[in-house]
Amino acid sequence: MSWIEIKNLQSVALHDIPRLKVEVLRDQLIEKIRSGKRLVQFFGDKDNGDVVLYAIAADDNSSKLFIASTKFTSQKEYQSITPEIPSAHLFEREFFEQYKIKPEGHPWLKPLRKGIAGVDSSEIPYEFFSMKGEEVHEVGVGPIHAGIIEPGHFRFSCHGEKIYHLEIKLGFQHRGVEYLFVKNNARPLYLQKLSESIAGDTVIGHSGTFARAIESLSNTSIPRRAKLIRTIALELERMAIHLGDLSALSNDVGYLTGNSVFGALRTRIINTTMAICGNRFGRSLIIPGGVNFDISPELGEKISSTVNQVNDETALAAEVLFSSASVLERFEKTGVVDKATAIEIGMVGPSARASGVALDIRSDHPFGAYEFFPVHKLTLDSGDVFARSYIRFIEIQQSVKIINDQLGNFTEGETNKPVQPLEPNRLVVSLVEGWRGEIAHVIITGNDNKIKRIKIKDPSFHNWFAVSLSVRDEGISDFPLCNKSFNLSYSGFDL
Amino acid sequence: MLDLIKLRRQHGYQAIPDIKNAKILSTHRGYPVIDESKCTGPCSDCENVCPTNAIKVNPLSIDLGKCIFCGECERACQTGAIKFTNEYKLGSTGRDNLIITSGELFVDYEKEAIESRKEIHKIFGRSLKLRQVSAGGCNGCEMELAACGNVNFDMGRFGIDFVASPRHADGIVITGPITKNMAPALMDAYKSVNSPKIVIAVGACTISGGVFEESDVLNRSFLNEIKIDLYIPGCPPHPLTIINAILDFI
Repeated sequence: MSWIEIKNLQSVALHDIPRLKVEVLRDQLIEKIRSGKRLVQFFGDKDNGDVVLYAIAADDNSSKLFIASTKFTSQKEYQSITPEIPSAHLFEREFFEQYKIKPEGHPWLKPLRKGIAGVDSSEIPYEFFSMKGEEVHEVGVGPIHAGIIEPGHFRFSCHGEKIYHLEIKLGFQHRGVEYLFVKNNARPLYLQKLSESIAGDTVIGHSGTFARAIESLSNTSIPRRAKLIRTIALELERMAIHLGDLSALSNDVGYLTGNSVFGALRTRIINTTMAICGNRFGRSLIIPGGVNFDISPELGEKISSTVNQVNDETALAAEVLFSSASVLERFEKTGVVDKATAIEIGMVGPSARASGVALDIRSDHPFGAYEFFPVHKLTLDSGDVFARSYIRFIEIQQSVKIINDQLGNFTEGETNKPVQPLEPNRLVVSLVEGWRGEIAHVIITGNDNKIKRIKIKDPSFHNWFAVSLSVRDEGISDFPLCNKSFNLSYSGFDL
Repeated sequence: MLDLIKLRRQHGYQAIPDIKNAKILSTHRGYPVIDESKCTGPCSDCENVCPTNAIKVNPLSIDLGKCIFCGECERACQTGAIKFTNEYKLGSTGRDNLIITSGELFVDYEKEAIESRKEIHKIFGRSLKLRQVSAGGCNGCEMELAACGNVNFDMGRFGIDFVASPRHADGIVITGPITKNMAPALMDAYKSVNSPKIVIAVGACTISGGVFEESDVLNRSFLNEIKIDLYIPGCPPHPLTIINAILDFI
């Protein structure tokens, strides 16, 4: 039996999803990933006391998604996929933690979001790796970090200054997001606002991903004007964060001019978002069926002139930054993740593109306005901090072009449409290229036309392990720089 | 080198000179004004659309500690009984002050919301070092707190800084709904700050739980034991809201 083939945002009836034996699902998934497909989702759902496991793989070249499922009735274990497909490691740990079905042979079967010391003695405690030997030592950092950032625990195993391994324990931010989506599934407006808080730095990314999934399940086709406004907002979000990251990366190597200049440029972009919707992060802009706020011709001109000016000023600032010997000395060949590793661990987003992986959901699985404005995929090869910084700079330029394209193609019309009730017993996969990479929401509806299960995946879910790998053999003092070059979400991971 | 000089000229001077009277865009949703005389119907539309149950009808009120300033109530109300203004000075020293009722104008709110105390001014008035603890924050409040220190808002000029260790701090700033998994670390951080110390709650999540109020993995017992000295509402609060609240408090 072959897997059912769908596209991004094309919903499928639950009874059409093939139900395979777990061994068959495992073999076929391994075969699919080995032949160049990518693991997008792997999650469980309760079904009358049984557990159904869904696996979703993407063929990025042909814009196709493949889904199959398997059912666990009394069986409490299966053979782990991770030894064959490393990119499945966190998915399997998550599945184990949520449904107590054990992937036998998983090399690192530790708690994912639970098991934090001193919190709840009924949970399986998380045990860190330890390294023994002469002149080796461990450094623990967190959960509370030095700056104004989210919490997580980092455990370094070091030999002198050199990092052998970095173990990252997250879960401190776990707020029960998926639980709240199901608990309050009768309040659509609440759910939309909740989606804005999955990761507060990716408001447009996550709220757009969620709204599109709802629109697909309710067969709502939103007005073209709303699609363009959403795209402008998504690209403004990308620009703002990338500018903020260039600012923070400059700061991390003590290059304060860059810190100030890029920081001020970011302020202008988030203020542009506020001019559209009244919030610097784009909250309240997107609702299922369209957008809450229109862009008037005058505002459109203002946006265009702001992004063009910011583009020019960024070009000069980047020229200065990337020609400074002291900056390059720190950026180049630091925190390298090569292309083969990036593919193997399933990296996504600009971090993957900086390692030479040509993956961009805007182009590979187009959604919204990207269906009629194709995006050229940008990649760099070196996979170091330099590449992850430089790709941000060129993506800012690309975003400016996309925003101007959208503004130049505005058509008169409505900005939202009423949304019909969701169709029952269906599944939809909604993929969006947020500024960090692929955001994937999968929604399953129940008999009652409401959300029965939502699986949310922030791009950070794939990329945290890349941080661990990037710092191996680096000095511990390069960790902040490597970490910042990925700039991953704790709350998006912890949910 | 020439490019660097050019860049420096282009950058210019970015800091907002008068932070207490800074202008903000008219689109910004700040203080809501309620005019119950315009409320004609028994519709309760505003109450029904509110994602965080911040609105109560009969009599009509908005709890800024719960409000995420999404503006859905304003959109839902057919008769215009609720209007969000762009007034951003929303900080308050009392939880009850945050509940806005009909006819309560911003000028009155601004006067009364923050009670500045002599002893606070004496101890922290010239220098306030804060330790930020994100206890389930989504990174929205965290980014706005970080923005308070950037070249535009430059909170450091008032002697207010965020420091790396609670041992160096005069107080803590909490963001997020306080997850079960962060509750012990939050208490540890609080205990590590030397007395006298202050506690500032930033954002709807910390003040009331916000959109996460009904979550089953929160542990908000910290708030039963420790008194909050300053509430800064918003989702997330604008840097001008944060800085002005702290300045008015000290």
